[in-house]
Amino acid sequence: MWQALWEELRDAGLSVITVALDRSPEDARAWIEAARPTHPSLIDTRHVLADLYNLVNVPTILWIDARGRIARPNDVAFGTDTFRHLTGLASARPLAALRAWVRGETAGLAPEEVRRHLTLPSEQDQLARAEFALADWLARQGRLEAAERHFVRAGELAPHDFTIRRGSMPRRGIDPMGPRFREMLDEWTRAGRPYYRPLPDTRG
Amino acid sequence: MASQRFTVLDDGRVLELEEAAGLALAERARAAGRPVALDAGERAAYLGIAARERARALAALEAPDFTLPDLDGRPHSLSAHRGRKVLLVAYASW
Repeated sequence: MWQALWEELRDAGLSVITVALDRSPEDARAWIEAARPTHPSLIDTRHVLADLYNLVNVPTILWIDARGRIARPNDVAFGTDTFRHLTGLASARPLAALRAWVRGETAGLAPEEVRRHLTLPSEQDQLARAEFALADWLARQGRLEAAERHFVRAGELAPHDFTIRRGSMPRRGIDPMGPRFREMLDEWTRAGRPYYRPLPDTRG
Repeated sequence: MASQRFTVLDDGRVLELEEAAGLALAERARAAGRPVALDAGERAAYLGIAARERARALAALEAPDFTLPDLDGRPHSLSAHRGRKVLLVAYASW
C-alpha cells in the first residue's frame, strides 16, 4: 500500500521511507518481499527510530517537510483497511490529508500545532529504552535469563510503550499475536487506556 | 589476577573494558544525567540518551537524521531526501 502511495505521489515531490522495527531482517523479509517496495524499506533491529522519535507503538507515521522539519508528529495510520475491524481506524482520512499536503493544497500543521501534539520522552521512558537495549544485546549473546530480567524491567518502566512490551516478545520466544499479547492488551484497555493513539483530527 | 572484562554499550557502540573502568564509565554517564541500564552480574551496561536531549531535538521540530540498512544491507539516510516531503512509516511484523 505504501508502495502504491509512493508511485502516486513521487512526482508531486513525496519520498516514502518505511522502517521495520523487527528483531532481524528475516522477521521483516516476508512483509517487504510481498510489498515489493522501490522506495527505501529499512530494518531497525535496535529501535534507533523509536529512541529518536519517541515511538511507542506501530504503525506510526510522521510527515517531514522539504526543509527536514516535522510537519506532523507521531500519528497512527494504516495504509489499508485490512485491520480496521480490529483497530477501529480507517485509512481514508489520514491518506486524504497526506495527499492534500503533498500537492500543496493544504499547509499541514502550523509549528505550534505540531509542538502541541508532540509527545516528548520522560527520563523513565529513556531508562526503559536503555533497559530494552541491554536486554536485546544480552539476548543476542544467548544470555537469555539476564535478558528476560531487563526486558521485563523495561516494560515496567514504560508500560505504555508497546515497541518494548510487544516488540520484545519475538526476542523472548513469546508469540506477539498469542495469549500473552491478548492478556497484556486486555489489561491495558480494560482500564480505559487506548492501544492506538491517533492525533485527534484523524479519527476515522 | 587477570581482571574481568566489562562491556559498555554506549548508544550502541560496543566498548570492552576492564571491570573497574566499565563501572566507572557507567557511573559517570549516570551522573551526567544519561539513562544507564546496568547488570553487574553480567558485567554489562547500556548507556542511553537523556530524555532532555531527545526532547530538545524534537521540540525544535528538526526531524532527527538516521541511517539504517535495507534488506540487502545498503544504508539509507533520511537527510538524503532533503528537498522533498517525506512520509516516514514505522511498522513491524509483530
